[in-house]
Amino acid sequence: MTVSVRERERPAGSPGSTPLLRLEGVKKHFPITRGVIFQKKIGQVHAVDGIDLEVYPGETLGLVGETGCGKSTLARLIMKVYDATEGRLFFEGEEYTAYGRRKMRPLRREMQMIFQDPYASLNPRKTIGSIIADPFRIHHTVPKGDVKKNVQELMELVGLNPEHYNRYPHEFSGGQRQRVGVARALALRPKLIVCDEPVSALDVSIQAQIINLLEKLQREFGLTYIFIAHDLSVVKHVSNRVAVMYLGKIVEMATGPTLYRNPKHPYTGALLSAVPIADPDLASHKKRIVLEGDVPSPIDPPSGCRFHPRCPNAQFPRCREEEPVLRPHHPGQVAACHFPLEDRAVLDLEPTA
Amino acid sequence: MGRYLIRRLLWVLLLVVLITLFTFIIFFVMPPTDPSILFAGRAPNPRLIAQVKESLGLDQPAPIQYLLFLKRLFVGDEYGWPGFGFSFLTRSPIKPVLLERAVVTFQLALGAAVLWLVLGVGIGIISALNRGKIADRAAMGFALLGVSAPVFWLGLMALWIFWQQLEILPGTGYVAISDDPSQWFMHFILPWFVLALLFAAFYARMVRSNLLETLNEDYIRTARAKGLSERKVIFRHALRSSLTPVVSLFGVDFGTLLGGAIITETVFNLPGLGTYVVRAVGNGDLPVILAVVVFAGLGVTIMSLVIDVLYAFLDPRVKYA
Amino acid sequence: MSSSTHGRSGAVGEPLLRVRDLKVHFDTPDGVVKAVNGVSFDIYQGETLGVVGESGSGKSVTFLTVMGLIRSKDARLEGEVIFDGQDLLTLPDEELRHLRGKRIGMVFQDAMTSLHPFYTVGQQIVEGIRAHEKMPKKEAWDRAVDMLQTVGIPKPAERARQYPHEFSGGMRQRAMIAMALALNPDLLIADEPTTALDVTVQSQILELIDRLKQEFRTAVVLITHDLGVVAEYCDHINVMYAAKIAESGNTRDIYYGAHHPYTWGLLQSIPRLESEVQDLKPIKGQPPSLIFVPPGCSFHPRCPYVMDICRTKEPELQSPDGVHASACHLALSEKERIFREEVLQRA
Repeated sequence: MTVSVRERERPAGSPGSTPLLRLEGVKKHFPITRGVIFQKKIGQVHAVDGIDLEVYPGETLGLVGETGCGKSTLARLIMKVYDATEGRLFFEGEEYTAYGRRKMRPLRREMQMIFQDPYASLNPRKTIGSIIADPFRIHHTVPKGDVKKNVQELMELVGLNPEHYNRYPHEFSGGQRQRVGVARALALRPKLIVCDEPVSALDVSIQAQIINLLEKLQREFGLTYIFIAHDLSVVKHVSNRVAVMYLGKIVEMATGPTLYRNPKHPYTGALLSAVPIADPDLASHKKRIVLEGDVPSPIDPPSGCRFHPRCPNAQFPRCREEEPVLRPHHPGQVAACHFPLEDRAVLDLEPTA
Repeated sequence: MGRYLIRRLLWVLLLVVLITLFTFIIFFVMPPTDPSILFAGRAPNPRLIAQVKESLGLDQPAPIQYLLFLKRLFVGDEYGWPGFGFSFLTRSPIKPVLLERAVVTFQLALGAAVLWLVLGVGIGIISALNRGKIADRAAMGFALLGVSAPVFWLGLMALWIFWQQLEILPGTGYVAISDDPSQWFMHFILPWFVLALLFAAFYARMVRSNLLETLNEDYIRTARAKGLSERKVIFRHALRSSLTPVVSLFGVDFGTLLGGAIITETVFNLPGLGTYVVRAVGNGDLPVILAVVVFAGLGVTIMSLVIDVLYAFLDPRVKYA
Repeated sequence: MSSSTHGRSGAVGEPLLRVRDLKVHFDTPDGVVKAVNGVSFDIYQGETLGVVGESGSGKSVTFLTVMGLIRSKDARLEGEVIFDGQDLLTLPDEELRHLRGKRIGMVFQDAMTSLHPFYTVGQQIVEGIRAHEKMPKKEAWDRAVDMLQTVGIPKPAERARQYPHEFSGGMRQRAMIAMALALNPDLLIADEPTTALDVTVQSQILELIDRLKQEFRTAVVLITHDLGVVAEYCDHINVMYAAKIAESGNTRDIYYGAHHPYTWGLLQSIPRLESEVQDLKPIKGQPPSLIFVPPGCSFHPRCPYVMDICRTKEPELQSPDGVHASACHLALSEKERIFREEVLQRA
């Protein structure tokens, strides 16, 4: 069930009203089979279970959630690494849900991805010059003679020394390798870049460098980002809007400040409460919302509101029987909860200027 | 587990049938000396050849021959079940000979197996624990020799040294254990060692590298952090994990040997399945070949199944649907 | 927690562990890796010591050395590690073994690979118990189940008979903690115990450690790269950089009055949940190689306040009040000024 687009606040940096990317009722179920000779389907993993989403040009949409929430699967659905089980996907108004390889090709120039593990996402047998040049070679956007020049330009843009063109990934640090990944993603000047946990594997002091780089590039090239991470502080910092996922669904979406000051969904509250704050006094003013148990499996999601078994606010029988829909709260905020949190439920403090 | 077993047993059946099919095809595709000529005596005339052909069942078209073979195998023939038929060469039933020879091969394989397990695993452990030191280098040198030296050369050298020169061991041949236990043993010592050496070398290397790798695992660090004695760390923690793959491999190796250790049996003149099938191939004795092939095929596939099931008990992470 | 005569929050009585000038150098084909290069600190009973650093800071190797788990023949150890009147570095492994697990327990980052996959969780805990105490199996098993309950694992008796892969990530970590605390050690070392876990689970585990610390009266060392974690759970903090301690102090000292440019850099480069920071100010450059450590102050190539002396002379860890110490040539007044004017604005 979609919430009307017009009800959401225009995020910062979006000039027009046409979303760059739109998802309607997107689901992805992975079958589980067993059998002696013939495989019979006995269940499914409901990795992504009904997502409606709009991403506007120039914005950064943050996607946050824990293991099993489906955020990585969603990223791959958007990039069409997987095909959706149900639902529709639109890029700049064009529906690409059923596109095959050939039709996807031109679209692939517009959407790129940056991966989490800088050690695994670069082919160790190729020089970084060759890695960054790959997009040019695959899409023939640049004449052969100009490839090297373009690659070196990209390297400079991301803060790498262009003379290291012929070096191999193992000669670089994690942060530098991630820069290579960024250069590769940027090569075709895409409109949308999906960043799947781009800084999680990096040291703290390097994370800041990469985050700043991504923001600089966004300003310079008018990029749109979908930024996936499990670290709320990082997501809040880079995003205009943040969507919180739980067991394959979006449970809350709001602009950064709103989400962090006035979360409405108890899961968001719990996440916020769990994030350690690098300020001892403020940390002691944080309200603790501690959840019971572990993140459940997406194979057999709970009935009604999926969060009900762990929710400190849950009231029965409603939460067990009726699945809540996304409803608006503060401007630009939607949350799916029958008994949403009060304002300032977690961080009871005034933001410092 | 039950479902898994059924599935595997069906595969065993299918595989054995396929093996026989391929054997059949090879036999008929190879440029033949028509077996009926071979078995018709010294100066055959066409009429005799035709008679022989009929008596051997070779007058039928090949596919029919194959189907008849399968039928006899599964249902049994005049000699009993399973129906292996009679040898082209001797005209006598195969089954009793097969079983006799299988016993010999089994004794050879079992003795060698025990030997190579003890030697191979033992040396592998010693090597790993003394990495870089003399013991390790010597052990790996031995392993290299064992892996490189051809079995027939080792066999002949062993015979020359221990039988001809030193005269402490009897020569080739087989003595049944029921006839003379000590002679039985003496005759088997060299074949056991020679056959075991290759495997022992291979296993020593494998155990060494597995153990070294396992010793770097995080749970070994935890075991030490708990304050366990080094002995416990190595034997209860490290070996337990590093030997599990060895079990797998052993199953396949042993299963293969059950079909006959051709070279060893030949060098030492042991009346096992190996020598049986080699002679049959040389003579174009198709029924014998097929019989041994069935036996060997069963040996490998069933051992493989046994090992896989055993694996589930060794590694609790493995679950069979 | 009581503030003591030392001025160290949370500390009680005499130091439990004294480390003096610890050095751990590894000989490798590429050169000598100085993994720990002159580290000195104390740990007191009752306190939670946070050890913060990035990869290559030496934070893990320091405590692996304390536990006697650095066994490589290429490792050269120097210095003193005094525990209960004995220098652990000179102790033969047989004797050190009696302390490991019984007086000092350790929990590691990845509970999935840190538990043996072929033995049940109960068996592994029992093994640890019986390695140190003569006890019939049944009694040890009961103690193991009891510990599993203490760490909050539901249906502990059933769970004890299960294998590690049948546990979820959070429960595995709890089981590791149960194993480490089973013999009521004086000190618990937790090396990045929550890094591999989801944030809600992380919070559960840290709360658990905090609670158990009081229940068992164990001192805790929390090794992490997360500045938020140490702010919330630690009494005293050692900030490590390039195999040395750059700064050390009570939690409030560090967050509200840090004295080292590296600490300032860290505080300014992390995104803040609780405030509207516009720009992150990363530390320029990269952490140094531990083979070719920069001369003088190892942080100097990346330091915005570098002076000539920093390039040649290595700063000593100095403290104006005996509690808050930093290894930096800047004058105290300068440090305070810079923190006030530049760092505080952002934090």
